[in-house]
Amino acid sequence: MRRIKHIVFWLIVIGIILLLFSSHVIAEDIFQRQRHELVNIIKDDVVRTRAFLNQESLDERVLDAIGKVPRHEFVPADQRPYAYDNRPLPIGYGQTISQPYIVAIMTDLLKPKKTDRVLEIGTGSGYQAAILAELVDNVYTIEIVKELAAKAAENLKRTGYDTVHARTGDGYYGWETAAPFDGIIVTAVASHIPPPLIKQLKPNGRMIIPVGGQFMMQYLTLVIKDSDNKVSTRQILPVRFVPLTGKH
Amino acid sequence: MTTKPGLPLLLAIAVISASALAYEVLLMRLFSIIQWHHFAYMIISLALLGYGVSGVFLALNRERFSRSFHWAIMTNLLLFSFSAPACFLLAQQIPFNPAEILWTPVQFLYLCSIYLILTLPFFFAANVIGLSFYQFKGQVSAIYAADLSGAGLGSVGVILLLFLMFPEKILIVLVLSGIFAALIVSAYAFRGQHIDTSNWTVACIVIGLVLVFAPTGWLTLNISPYKSQSKLLLIPGTKVIDQFSSPLGLISVVKSEVTPLRYAPGLSLNATTEPPEQLAVFTDADNMTAITRYNGNPDTVSYLDQTTSALPYHLRQHADILILGAGTGSDILRANSHAIKHIDAVELNPQVIELVKEKYADFAGHLYSSADIKLYVDEARGFVATSKQTYDLINISLLDAFGASAGLYSMAENYLYTGEALQDYLQHLGPGGYLSITRWIKIPPRDETKLLATVIDVLKMAKVEQPGQRIIMIRSWQTSTLIVKNGVISSDEIKRLKQFCNERSFDPVYYPGISAREVNRFTIQSQPYLYEAATALLGNQSKAFIDDYKFNIEPATDNQPYFFHFFKWRTLPEIFSLWDSGGIFLMESGYLLLIAALLQAIAASLLLIALPLRLWKNRLGITNLSGTDLHLPEGRQAGKPDVKAESGSHLRVLVYFFCLGLAFLFIEIAFIQKFILILHHPLYAITVVLSTFLLTAGAGSYFSEKLTRSPLKPAIMLPVAVISLLGILYSLGFESIAGFLLETGYLSRYIFSILLIAPLGFCMGMPFPMGLAKISQTAPALIPWIWGINGCASVISAILATLIAIQFGFTVLIFLAISLYCLAAWFFPDSGPAR
Repeated sequence: MRRIKHIVFWLIVIGIILLLFSSHVIAEDIFQRQRHELVNIIKDDVVRTRAFLNQESLDERVLDAIGKVPRHEFVPADQRPYAYDNRPLPIGYGQTISQPYIVAIMTDLLKPKKTDRVLEIGTGSGYQAAILAELVDNVYTIEIVKELAAKAAENLKRTGYDTVHARTGDGYYGWETAAPFDGIIVTAVASHIPPPLIKQLKPNGRMIIPVGGQFMMQYLTLVIKDSDNKVSTRQILPVRFVPLTGKH
Repeated sequence: MTTKPGLPLLLAIAVISASALAYEVLLMRLFSIIQWHHFAYMIISLALLGYGVSGVFLALNRERFSRSFHWAIMTNLLLFSFSAPACFLLAQQIPFNPAEILWTPVQFLYLCSIYLILTLPFFFAANVIGLSFYQFKGQVSAIYAADLSGAGLGSVGVILLLFLMFPEKILIVLVLSGIFAALIVSAYAFRGQHIDTSNWTVACIVIGLVLVFAPTGWLTLNISPYKSQSKLLLIPGTKVIDQFSSPLGLISVVKSEVTPLRYAPGLSLNATTEPPEQLAVFTDADNMTAITRYNGNPDTVSYLDQTTSALPYHLRQHADILILGAGTGSDILRANSHAIKHIDAVELNPQVIELVKEKYADFAGHLYSSADIKLYVDEARGFVATSKQTYDLINISLLDAFGASAGLYSMAENYLYTGEALQDYLQHLGPGGYLSITRWIKIPPRDETKLLATVIDVLKMAKVEQPGQRIIMIRSWQTSTLIVKNGVISSDEIKRLKQFCNERSFDPVYYPGISAREVNRFTIQSQPYLYEAATALLGNQSKAFIDDYKFNIEPATDNQPYFFHFFKWRTLPEIFSLWDSGGIFLMESGYLLLIAALLQAIAASLLLIALPLRLWKNRLGITNLSGTDLHLPEGRQAGKPDVKAESGSHLRVLVYFFCLGLAFLFIEIAFIQKFILILHHPLYAITVVLSTFLLTAGAGSYFSEKLTRSPLKPAIMLPVAVISLLGILYSLGFESIAGFLLETGYLSRYIFSILLIAPLGFCMGMPFPMGLAKISQTAPALIPWIWGINGCASVISAILATLIAIQFGFTVLIFLAISLYCLAAWFFPDSGPAR
């Protein structure tokens, strides 16, 4: 009798352990599935907006990165259930993690190559840096709000993106020692584009700046430096919307 | 039961009315600081439904409260007094974030809880007035007079207080005023009785003193973390070094000691210089501008020459210029660096001027004390309307009207960019002078296109033969500048313009003779939106272009001054379909929020007026109606219910009071707007017009008792006839009145305006107490319910008035109000045979 009790006891213990493990696996599996669905949603949106983006589809590598980086690890615990909704989420300190569709477009517009060096101004939760780390060898990111920078560093370390070079401080002068860059993402919108950042952009380099409020990104500004160091910009509406109908 | 309200009670009613109105204005201010103005408007307009709730509450409990009338009044006064700060403090703890509302449904719940919490103080204040109406049925005109006069004084008082104190501190004044009113009532109610009120009086005084002298740390504002000031303050080494408050806004000066501030909107991508040291200046924790350190050397501010606003200075040399909206001085700094001999600068907010002129004069290089600069504290449009001078350049850079900058409602009227305003500006240009207007880039463009449409419209109306020969427009990645010349643009100017643009990588949008190849080269948009708009608007099919555009770009007028109203219903489905891909920002939500607020107000009103009618007819006293003679048809015996007559009569009462509630505010709002143009300063105009309306309406209400007693039956026709006559006269002759008054001095403008409004207000104060007096004779039980109807109608009216003005203009609004008054007269609860 005693032995049976003993066996039952251990069966229960093992059962609980298995349950705990499996719930983790199940949760990961659910997140994985949600990520996959999110990628499909983004693909559909891009098809609808192709005329505006000037391309049929996004770089598969970018979509793979979205499908791989665990967004739920970069949002506060209370936002986890919505981690794979295609919408911006609050991360505290008046900041948000951008809508995945916008993250995908911004990353794609940088045309990242494996050997590229990319600088991000405004680390936020670290999600965009993680996506970049999936695509290029050298990612540099600067965040001015100490608390956010600390949290982002922790998020990046936990999820295995410790190759990202992160720093706390002012992004206005870029990252002099690591410059020049093939790409720069300025997610912390300033009143103007800092001249030092334009200087730190390589010839044929690209800089992307979202313009608008935290929950209402309005358009993207793409700064392109050509091989002669001449700078031009493109203003991109991320949705298909022509203000005028009829012929004029 | 007392039949006449004593003077102390009337005083208490006036105090509570004043406090409730002050609380309303104060909440608007407070929510504009902690949140954003359009939600402030929505929250406060719905919180006023507390009046409606009070009506129903009193209707159901009127006898119980009537028996212990003074206790009920004192309790409600004290409840108002303490709930006013408590409810605000509680409401600001709710993590409501308007920007998230379209993404997260839980935000609606937060919004509703804020409504409910803020309804409470208004509910208590309304109880005091509603219950007094019921208690002193025969003296409703005196009570209504006290109510209106109190509100009139409150509207002036709160503006004065906002000049003297920080808005959150005024909450304490409201607590004290509630306690004061309760003390008055207690002294009056218990006089001659053997009740010792000394303990209670001492307690009130002690509480009052503690509130005045205790630290007020608990009254801290919880500003949304998404506002730009909150974000800046997260940066290490930043702190608020100064704060000033006035009804025009809360101004905070922020210094950043570690990371330099760099505010240079619209800076060219080719710029290599940075702004020198700056101090950030926020209005209502948002709308950042900067005071720039200046040592008199123009080279240190050369970054200002790298923006689109600098264009007019490169086209030719100017001698006299006018800067509208001088703010913290960057436009003046720019003009200064181009060695302009004489600058007239106009700024609405004296506290902003004081910052640059006095407090930070050393930092700003005594910019505002320069002999070349003449400063005027005035509203831009009003200044131009009365000025006789002409200028080489009139400059308006990134300026929004009072409503936007002071944190009022985004769908607020804006007289800066109406057709008449642009006409005014152009008339103040000397030969060859420029009007230069700079705005933020929006994609797809809305305000810039509307501005173009308005300018072209004005030039066409002025019979300018080729408007296209007088317009220049350029854009950078962030701003666009539109220049209208008083004369034909020369080839030399075009040459200079091209050079200016090339050096800074700005794109020409339009100049006479531009070709499609020259546009959209540096900042490339998917289509050259503005160039297409300019050419289409200058062509023969401009009307069709405006009609086909997916945003509303119909030029704004003084009669429909809604420059920022871009919404078009037909675009809504398309924008909705773009929701998932982040296209929701295209929705011009200000208008939809108004519609949402209206629907909520209608739903709540139906719930408050119609539901009790269905559920608690007996308790409301409506069955009594058929037993009395409000509508007793001939040949019908009293006491026997007559369903048809019964429902007919309460419908009649409902229509009468509902029409009055709507019409009163329609006229009030329309005339406030009309008079802003005469009185210039929107804040003073609103205060003077509103308080004149309320005070004279109070007097009218008091006088109405005489008319009620008049043996003439159609006494109601008298005030309605005068209202109609004056309303029609003023609205049709408004231009002549304005023309005459603008010629007179500042003081006489105000006096004449008051004299014009007074008779109108006087008559508008009569119909409500006259109707109520009639009901008090025939069906007094209905009084609280009527009070509720009036509350609901007022809430609906304020929102509906804006919607009607947006769609049809103020003149239509006035005529509609007159029709409502006539309809009310028709439904006056007097048509049944007297007992």
